Amino acid sequence: MSENATDTVFEVFRQERKGQPFQHAGSVLAPDLRFAEIYAREQYGRRQESSALWLVRRDAIDELSDFPDEFDLKYRRVDGYSIKARLKEARERAGTQPS
Amino acid sequence: MPERSRADLLLELADDELVIGWRNSEWTGIAPFLEEDVAFSSIAQNEIGHARALYELAAEELGSTADELAFDRSPGDYRCAPLVELRRLEWAWTVARHWLYELADELRLERLKASGDPAVAGLAAKMDREETYHRLHADMWVTRLLSVREGRLRLDEALDGLWPFALGVLDEELRPELRRRAEARLGRELPDVDPVARGDHVGELAELWEEMTSVRRSAPAGAQW
Repeated sequence: MSENATDTVFEVFRQERKGQPFQHAGSVLAPDLRFAEIYAREQYGRRQESSALWLVRRDAIDELSDFPDEFDLKYRRVDGYSIKARLKEARERAGTQPS
Repeated sequence: MPERSRADLLLELADDELVIGWRNSEWTGIAPFLEEDVAFSSIAQNEIGHARALYELAAEELGSTADELAFDRSPGDYRCAPLVELRRLEWAWTVARHWLYELADELRLERLKASGDPAVAGLAAKMDREETYHRLHADMWVTRLLSVREGRLRLDEALDGLWPFALGVLDEELRPELRRRAEARLGRELPDVDPVARGDHVGELAELWEEMTSVRRSAPAGAQW
């Protein structure tokens, strides 16, 4: 791929059907928004797989990636609780076994 | 417009779309960059889709099928314009051909959309909805190439070289309007030349025909995919 200094990465978000959330589909490299629209349309829309696309310049996206947890507050995490034993207990009480 | 039957007119259009689609698809896999490769290939596929619809309409009238019309005629029977026959050109020339072809096609489609024949007018309108994006794509490339010195030099050379071929896509009465639109967009005059008109073929068509019809000829009963 030839990358010109003027080329910009546009992130493409795709909505499969009206009303559904937009999900990240990929990106296109293009000299400007008009080229990006053409490229996104052909790459993510030509098979009728999208009802709408969002194009966002990558440099317009604000990324957060630092989430400190210095004191190991594992009760705040989804993996903080083991429910296996309690589930077994509950099943025994109810008289059902996992299939 | 010179006298010709509805079927002949449809075949001219269909052959143009089939052959330009075929030629443009010669860039698949080797276009200047990935995004362009996908977009240009998709545009080429659209043109071949238009060709199929046009052949189907002609076939109803001729008691034939789209495949027979597309692949079973001899090279001399094709009615496409020499502009679309030229084998894969250098990129600036490809952009020039794409842009000139779309500009001529737009004019032709405007006429057909106003046709009194509802099947022809309806198909022209359907095609035009896709061609809108082809024109947008071609025009963006023209803007981009004209924006830098090297691009302008290369595109201008290509446009001048292909201009007689572009004139040949259209009937005589539509050529002045093609010139007017092209010159207005480019902001300069185009060469005063005789058109390379439809009717004659460049040698490169025969070679294309060999390739294009090879599957059909190897499996005349119809290849299964």
